[in-house]
Amino acid sequence: MIKMLINNLEVQAEEGYTILDTCKFYGLEIPTICHNDGLSNYGACRLCLVEIGEGTNTKMVSSCTYPAQEGLVVHTDTRRVLETRKMMIELMLSTAPGSKILQDMAAKMGVKQQRFELRNEECMYCGLCVRICAEQMDARAIGFQNRGYQRKISTPFDVKSKECRLCGACMYICPACQLRCQGPDAETAICSGCLDMDPTCVDVYDELQCWMYDAGECGTCIRKPSEVADDIEEPKEKNA
Amino acid sequence: MHNDPSEFEAIIERHSSEKQYLIPILQDIQSQFNYLPPVALATVSKQLDIPMIDIISVASFYNAFSLTPRGEHVVTVCMGTACHVRGGPKILEEFERRLKVPAGGTTENKQFTLETVACLGCCAIGPVVVVDGDYYAQQTIGKVESVLKKYASKEKNNGKPREN
Repeated sequence: MIKMLINNLEVQAEEGYTILDTCKFYGLEIPTICHNDGLSNYGACRLCLVEIGEGTNTKMVSSCTYPAQEGLVVHTDTRRVLETRKMMIELMLSTAPGSKILQDMAAKMGVKQQRFELRNEECMYCGLCVRICAEQMDARAIGFQNRGYQRKISTPFDVKSKECRLCGACMYICPACQLRCQGPDAETAICSGCLDMDPTCVDVYDELQCWMYDAGECGTCIRKPSEVADDIEEPKEKNA
Repeated sequence: MHNDPSEFEAIIERHSSEKQYLIPILQDIQSQFNYLPPVALATVSKQLDIPMIDIISVASFYNAFSLTPRGEHVVTVCMGTACHVRGGPKILEEFERRLKVPAGGTTENKQFTLETVACLGCCAIGPVVVVDGDYYAQQTIGKVESVLKKYASKEKNNGKPREN
């Protein structure tokens, strides 16, 4: 067993665990898009970033690729981590604004602005489809091609290849190619409309790692303090 | 077109049928045929036991490889910052006009391929034009014709470009 500190809690990780595995085991939520338990670790989406080290000598690593080490000090909820995650969500939203998974995640993490030009590539290059094709379907029909802004995922020479069995696994796992959110303000990449609904339809990602799992249900953390105060007063009147 | 796998098998044999020799093999095919024919990629995939898509990933990643036939001579015009302010884009335009192809294209007679590059690291002698590895410094629109002539008339000069 590997002993390490996560958010000042002493935890034990098994041999071969990554930081993300350990956090999951202890119920600490870490948002991620490119990680899937059945596929190899990739570290593309950078949403699972955590801060390791102590004092001023800390660095950001992707928890899905960083192995658990004896005596490692990890923080999953520092200001720096949360702000970087928000930035990553914003950047990914600009390349794939139609992804419902991204939109939900943005709402969950409280990303309320979208400052980059929308590119509508409908792909965030998470590599899930490439990995599921190679590792689970054993087909190796699709892969990354070109580089830089021309990077794309396709079959060789962009034609149907004999390796592809049209199994549809790539589409099944894709976080971007699905119907976009048809919410109240569907035209914008990010509206957070679902957060204002009561009860909200997304589970709210609690910055403070609230141990009460139904954080979105009680709503105290997302509603204005005045509204919460009204709720508390009302039952008193009924009782009286 | 080059459709005979045995041509490529000979090139692969010069190296070894191991995965680590993928790039040297592709380089040899590229220099011999001026591009990577689809049959060559299929042969390499088979011999080296590498999935086709991985070879395509490598071939499309590096600028040194081309999946479409290239011309005999590759003309590269520098579009870096230093060359840009000294008139690089105008020189490119002149090449495009004379060769009648856009940047990235190959002339119909397969003699020239026109390309651009972001920076060659020799900004002091800009604007730079490189033809088949020979550097031409401080280019102007007027010099474009003479550069092209050297290579267009290569056959008449025993296969060597005339001296400057």
